[in-house]
Amino acid sequence: MKNPIAGGAGRAAPVEVALPHSRASQRRTLTGLLENERFLALVLLTPTVLILGMFIAYPFGMGVWFALSSISVGNPGHFVGLKNFVKAWNDSIFRIAFWNTSVYTFWATIFKLVLGMWLALNRHFRGKRIVRASMLLPFIVPTVLSTFAWRWMFDPTFSVLNWTLYKTGFIVTKLPFLSNGDWALWCAIVVNTWRGMPFFAITLLAGLQTINTDLHEAASLDGANGWKRFWYVTWPLLKPVTVVVVVFSIIQTFSDFQLIYVLTGGGPANSTHLLATYAYQIGVAAGLLGEGAAISLCMLPVLFVVVWIQLRYLRRLEGA
Amino acid sequence: MLIERRWKKWVFFYIPLTIFVLGTLFPFYWMLVTAIRPDAELYRSWRAVNNAPFWTVQPTLEHFRDLMEKTTFPRWLWNTFFIAVISTGISLACGLLAGYALARLKFPMAGALGTSIFVTYLVPPTLLFIPLADIIRDFQLGNTPWALILTYPTFLIPFSTWLLMGYFKTIPKELEECARIDGATRFGAMTRIIFPIAVPGILSAGIFAFTLSWNEFIYALIFLSSPERKTVPVGVVSELIRGDIYFWGQLMAGALLGSIPVALVYSFFVEYYVTGLTGSVKG
Repeated sequence: MKNPIAGGAGRAAPVEVALPHSRASQRRTLTGLLENERFLALVLLTPTVLILGMFIAYPFGMGVWFALSSISVGNPGHFVGLKNFVKAWNDSIFRIAFWNTSVYTFWATIFKLVLGMWLALNRHFRGKRIVRASMLLPFIVPTVLSTFAWRWMFDPTFSVLNWTLYKTGFIVTKLPFLSNGDWALWCAIVVNTWRGMPFFAITLLAGLQTINTDLHEAASLDGANGWKRFWYVTWPLLKPVTVVVVVFSIIQTFSDFQLIYVLTGGGPANSTHLLATYAYQIGVAAGLLGEGAAISLCMLPVLFVVVWIQLRYLRRLEGA
Repeated sequence: MLIERRWKKWVFFYIPLTIFVLGTLFPFYWMLVTAIRPDAELYRSWRAVNNAPFWTVQPTLEHFRDLMEKTTFPRWLWNTFFIAVISTGISLACGLLAGYALARLKFPMAGALGTSIFVTYLVPPTLLFIPLADIIRDFQLGNTPWALILTYPTFLIPFSTWLLMGYFKTIPKELEECARIDGATRFGAMTRIIFPIAVPGILSAGIFAFTLSWNEFIYALIFLSSPERKTVPVGVVSELIRGDIYFWGQLMAGALLGSIPVALVYSFFVEYYVTGLTGSVKG
């Protein structure tokens, strides 16, 4: 106790074993090894790398092999090259699914961005806590469950929306919400926007709160109006957050499955399939694992480009 | 001028906002009135004279009773809860350790590893479900909760690692250095000094991870087959629709009950949830 910081652990008297620094004498033990930065990093990262390797990297490699083979349930299959991809390309439902996925992602992301930005920019108003709390509800409630509520609202026979429009005199016959392919896809876009918009609003709001209000004051003293203040002050500072949020949303919307699965099931007549639901239909429901894996791998190029933009953007921000 | 501004704010903001909030909440209201509506009222022609769909005249709990007695709904709730808690726990443990290593330790390949964990964050489950189903079958895990407990961390770990790494970077290094000078080991400084400070971050990551696993659908749909093993979203989809017939009363009752646990967790921890949500993309 006389000299707690001193080294010389090797010469330590037995009574000093209880002192913290005397652990240095046990360098060969695990505690000693954990002092080594590299060893500690190895220990800390092993569980994560194992789980991610086992359940992401390994299935990914396997998925590529599946996509290049004729495997199906109960049949190990053999290497067929790009046959599955060629087959998908010549399949009209696949083309529709790819087109739907792009339309769905594009419009849903635009709507979510515009609405989220509108809510985030008007952040100073009375009752905003209540609004924020209720606004987040669609994002909290499991998608499958809330989509059922929408499906019931769009029901061909008992739709409350049709009833309201009919009673108020806007329509004379029912609107074919989910029984017409084009209508159904737009309904899905509406539901997706409804569910995903809080994510945009809340994240953009968090981004706005980091912007120094002095900048706005300075700009208005210099005579900038509301639009100019947004364009020259807010937007450049908000852009990094916006890019990240949009990237996340694109990835999730592009690979969406549950919303369409519940709302339309890909119907009517396969007209509203997304890549994920079509891959499920071919790969799981029909058991053609190879073709299903090929269809879901077709999402990869788009996801890759988006992730690449994201990584480059992050690097640039870190470099700045 | 001031009056004009106030008037403008009402027309361009408060009124649209009110309509918007009501529209946002309407599906939940609709869930509720449908869940307590007897079948006789539920399936009435939409042009019937005395049809008033926005209100339930004779509320009933029969759909809730059917749900509890004729299906294994309580089991689904328990399964979902159990799987969400365990997989959140595993992911938090892994995310804490990995996040700390990436934020604080210097080792070869640190940058590459960080980037690849971030990239796995962006790999959607729908890209992997077909081969993953095969792996689950090979491991004999099909139709057990472990199939989900082990696969949910694939999207929870990257997210919690990313969030906690960001959190660790905000904690000053000096705290640890002081502890080390006072004789703490590297490991001890991490568990006794840094982790307790990171509790708000851990809570945010945990709550967000919990809601994510409660919401997960495609893995649960593919990996589970017997009715009593299912989670709420899958059970509702596969057991309350028979053939072409939708049992709307029970469906809405199930949707309502299945949403309550997450809504409760959320209402108690709004702030942490929001931090988790915004932190999940900031890093």
